[in-house]
Amino acid sequence: MKPAPFRMYAPHTVAQAVATLAALEAEGQHAKVLAGGQSLVPVLAMRLAEPGHLVDINGVAGLDAIDVSSAGVRVGALVRHAELLRHAEANRVQPLLSQALNLVAHATIRNRGTTVGSLAHADPSGEMTAVLVLTGGSVTAVSVRGEREIPAAEFFVGPLESSLAADELALSAFFPAAPAGAGTAFVEMARRHGDYALSGVGAVVIPGPSRDEGAPTISVSCGFLSVSETPLVLDLSDAWAAGEDSVMAVVRAAIDPQDDIHASADYRRHITGILAVRAIREALARVREEQAA
Amino acid sequence: MGQRYFGEPIRRTEDIRLTTGQGHYLDDIGAGQPVLEAAFLRSPHANARIRSIDIADALDVEGVRAIYLYEDLAGPVAEPLPVLIPHPALTAPRTPYALAKDRVHHVGQAVAMVVAENRYLAEDAAERIVVDYEVLPAVASLDMARAAERHAHDDVPDNISAHLLQTVGDLDAGFAKATHTLEFDLHVERSASTPLEGKGVYAKWDADDSSLRVYSSTQASTSVRAAIAAKLEIPLLKVEVIAPDVGGGFGVKIAHPWPEEIMVPFAAIRLGQPVKWAEDRREHFISASHERGQDHHVRVGFDDNGVVTALDVLFYHDNGAFTPYGIINPIITSTQLLGPYKPGAYRVDFYSMYTNTVQVTPYRGAGRPQGVFVMERTMDKIAQALGRDRAEVRAANFIQPDEFPYDQGLIFQDGRPLIYDSGNYPHQLTMLKDMIGWDSMGERRADAASRGKLLGVGMACYVEGTGVGPYEGAHVHIQTDGTVDVATGLTSQGQGHQTMLAQITADELGVPFEKIRVVTGDTRRFGYAVGTFASRTAVMSGSAVALAARAAKAKALRVAANALECNENDLEIVDGVVQMKGAPDTKIDLGTVAVLSNPLRYAFDKAAQAATQFQGVDDFDKPPVAEDDEPGLEGKDYYSPPRSTFASGMHAAVVEIDPETFDIHIDKYYVVHDCGRLVNPMIVAGQVHGGVAQGIGGALYEKMEYDEDGQLQNASFMDFLMPYVTEIPQKELGQLELGHQETPSPLNPIGVKGAGEAGVIPVSALIASAIEDAVGFPVDSMPISPNDLYRLHERFAAGELPHVERYAASPSAATRARRGAATRTKKSADTSS
Ligand SMILES: Cc1cc2nc3c(=O)[nH]c(=O)nc-3n(C[C@H](O)[C@H](O)[C@H](O)COP(=O)(O)OP(=O)(O)OC[C@H]3O[C@@H](n4cnc5c(N)ncnc54)[C@H](O)[C@@H]3O)c2cc1C
Repeated sequence: MKPAPFRMYAPHTVAQAVATLAALEAEGQHAKVLAGGQSLVPVLAMRLAEPGHLVDINGVAGLDAIDVSSAGVRVGALVRHAELLRHAEANRVQPLLSQALNLVAHATIRNRGTTVGSLAHADPSGEMTAVLVLTGGSVTAVSVRGEREIPAAEFFVGPLESSLAADELALSAFFPAAPAGAGTAFVEMARRHGDYALSGVGAVVIPGPSRDEGAPTISVSCGFLSVSETPLVLDLSDAWAAGEDSVMAVVRAAIDPQDDIHASADYRRHITGILAVRAIREALARVREEQAA
Repeated sequence: MGQRYFGEPIRRTEDIRLTTGQGHYLDDIGAGQPVLEAAFLRSPHANARIRSIDIADALDVEGVRAIYLYEDLAGPVAEPLPVLIPHPALTAPRTPYALAKDRVHHVGQAVAMVVAENRYLAEDAAERIVVDYEVLPAVASLDMARAAERHAHDDVPDNISAHLLQTVGDLDAGFAKATHTLEFDLHVERSASTPLEGKGVYAKWDADDSSLRVYSSTQASTSVRAAIAAKLEIPLLKVEVIAPDVGGGFGVKIAHPWPEEIMVPFAAIRLGQPVKWAEDRREHFISASHERGQDHHVRVGFDDNGVVTALDVLFYHDNGAFTPYGIINPIITSTQLLGPYKPGAYRVDFYSMYTNTVQVTPYRGAGRPQGVFVMERTMDKIAQALGRDRAEVRAANFIQPDEFPYDQGLIFQDGRPLIYDSGNYPHQLTMLKDMIGWDSMGERRADAASRGKLLGVGMACYVEGTGVGPYEGAHVHIQTDGTVDVATGLTSQGQGHQTMLAQITADELGVPFEKIRVVTGDTRRFGYAVGTFASRTAVMSGSAVALAARAAKAKALRVAANALECNENDLEIVDGVVQMKGAPDTKIDLGTVAVLSNPLRYAFDKAAQAATQFQGVDDFDKPPVAEDDEPGLEGKDYYSPPRSTFASGMHAAVVEIDPETFDIHIDKYYVVHDCGRLVNPMIVAGQVHGGVAQGIGGALYEKMEYDEDGQLQNASFMDFLMPYVTEIPQKELGQLELGHQETPSPLNPIGVKGAGEAGVIPVSALIASAIEDAVGFPVDSMPISPNDLYRLHERFAAGELPHVERYAASPSAATRARRGAATRTKKSADTSS
């Protein structure tokens, strides 16, 4: 379990990093950005991928900021999961961050793994991919061609595939603030504590009269992980108004889980319905706590 | 009297070193020096013929020093690796060649060895070796092996390596006597030892001296040494094998010699430079050993009280592709299955089967977890059939305290009769029931129900033959500075042997614990040993150390008596000083006694002057070293017991099941353990707790997922789910209770029984029992995941599975239990922890 030979680059600025990526791309070389290495290094060690070049961004200045405003939380490419998890201000603005991050791997991995890296990795089992889509966030990417902002819905293309170009660097991710009065929750089931989830559900519940005339008075949306090729978000407002059984039925019909050695598609479908109901109940309980306080 | 150490929870002397990065493991050997590193090219196919191997491209990789194939081997090293434990019933033993000859029998089998300047380059080159395989259909499971349409080995058409039938008593008469019979199947999956440190070998050839030094992360250094000497045709005394710090073994490192243990020294000799190989995790999964896969069919007859009159067990053991360790595992299952019970008649019949999967050799517990699963599930099913309490049925079948020694009438894994030396099962059960509150679970069930959970409770009992022979030895050497060196040939893998053996030595000699240094598993220090397995170190090496220390002490008293001009029977050793009993002012330091024990011509230091030739001689007619005596204060002795000693344990657990997701949570875990006298209760508790952790792995998480082609799907810790600390009940959090009963073994000088494997043995049995109790349908296959439980529930809901009822103890039994509790309190007070 030793990686195949590769050349390592250690840029100090974003400009150097993207220039390096562009130059390698132009030469037709296979290059990868190295952030926390918690996903990439095992892949290299097992020789499941043999990129000839690694652009290590850990020395790049200015990528480690967490910027919080009333609009939301912007997370730089080198912010480790652990830093975001313990950032009180960020989690006040968007509680889903810590609710989900608590379930990402274990402390040691969160200490190195980056939140943006986990988005770039685009694993549909990654909690933060679901959070990005559920909150309607975005990723800011940069290359020699300039910067662009990619909405969450367009960012995830397939399992382990994002819409980042080969020579693009994800600069930051933006998680919009939770709407006023909203309650959120994140629940999942994993074989062991900290494992990738068999299934997981994040919920955002917004009370009060909403969007259209005659619409239900509670808006309910859920984001799902490990049960679809790319992170999935469902508006469950109507289903919730019709009752918990209806939520389970809608969820189970919408998802497309796969069999693997840890659980059958059937079982995943079964528990995802239950987890959705539990996530919504928990989010509602938070709304009531807020209202009571 | 000086301080006594035996029985004290002394902190492990190893721990500061091992937990602060000061350990010296295999991969640390030769670090920073020019050491060549090896990588092995391994078969990607489960069953294939090798047509040709092309290494030309690989040789081009810069830094490659050699590539070895089977064709480079000649003489004994070109023969198959040894069948370590032959048995008359093992009619078709098969072992691999050090490098595959023309056939591979499992994914992961070593095909070629690359030696390069470092492991990276070695792997680069290995990737470039081109092997042309003719792929054959693989036998990827026990079912496929039994169907025998495919063959794991061309010349074993039925895939059967061994068949053994043992019978005790009259089975037909037993069934005739039975008022009830049951028949059912039980299944246990494969798991593996998976120590944190994989295997590893470092070899250094000294051309000037024609000698070889090998470090191996092994549980059996003396035997590895003998195997290397034989395979490479080097005189035994020119080979040294040392087990450095070993990061866990759990059985896998008792199998030997591994291909790498032969090939690394082979390359070091050829290349004249040290060579190292440290196994990586993937290699460990696909080329070390697995264990536990067995299918069992049970027929049991019993009377209205649940007393078993006849037990008939047929099982199939998956031995993987090779049988280097013989049929030890299935023999242990067939014998240890009986546990603390005495069925009227017993027949056990097993077939050991080849599959194209990693070979099977003992993993902590070695066949016992399966046997206990069979017996304990049987007890639960009897209770169910009769509508009785599960504990009551067990008690009805126990061997009674006055029946020891109890002969089960079978032959155990050591080739000796299965005779239990001592035990007290009824008392142990009473302790357990009391600890858990077995007869009053109502409140806890109601509390769980109020939280929307199903609560279940289960128990399991076992008896474990420990401390198997043939022997172990020890050397105790008192130095002139008063320190004491102790050596055993037997190895350590982190169990705390240095501490435990020092405690025994300290008490036997009367020397402070701190003055004792213990070395294990170094053939330079002790050449004769068997190895560390079968919970045998405290029993075997502990006894040998005690005997060797007694010999050293006897000599010390003799020499001191001469110096003090008194009778040696009047002397004692206290805190490292030999003194007159009742007159402690008449004394001499043990170190000085060591000086005097070695008559000298040359004083190499100040202390040594006392022993030189002009320092006064009491009798010029006597030779300085008496006849039958030797210089120095040393003792060497061996312990070889007539047969194994039998520890026992009873575990119980309370589990909570989520009735919607079928998530399984262990709420509380209880152990009552009996391993005779405890040398160090803290070490025993740690061993038991660790064993329980591994048992929980086997019960709920660990499984080797082979696909139909014999590819292991989960050869990494990402997908092979070893439980984390978060999955294990913690003593400190009040989730685990551990109690001890002590029935000393009459077989050895220190009254101990083994404890190393104990914790792991009954876990699958009792977790199955507890889950069954919670959900109300049978659990007959382990491990079990939430997904499996969901599937069972679907089948139950469809009417395909029977309902399992819950039965409380009958009133009379409850009264008996209360009476038992009164007598028990005193005894358990001083022994439970
Ligand atoms: C044992 C274990 C358990 C885990 N469990 C979980 C879990 O439960 N949930 C979960 O979500 N994750 C889990 N992870 C993954 C962890 O969260 C990783 O940290 C994360 O997925 C990747 O972040 P990283 O910084 O380590 O990225 P790296 O490993 O460095 O990179 C991952 C991929 O993203 C690309 N990349 C990274 N950063 C950028 C960037 N700024 N721009 C462009 N491309 C980039 C890399 O090129 C690579 O392809 C686990 C990891 C381990 C080892």
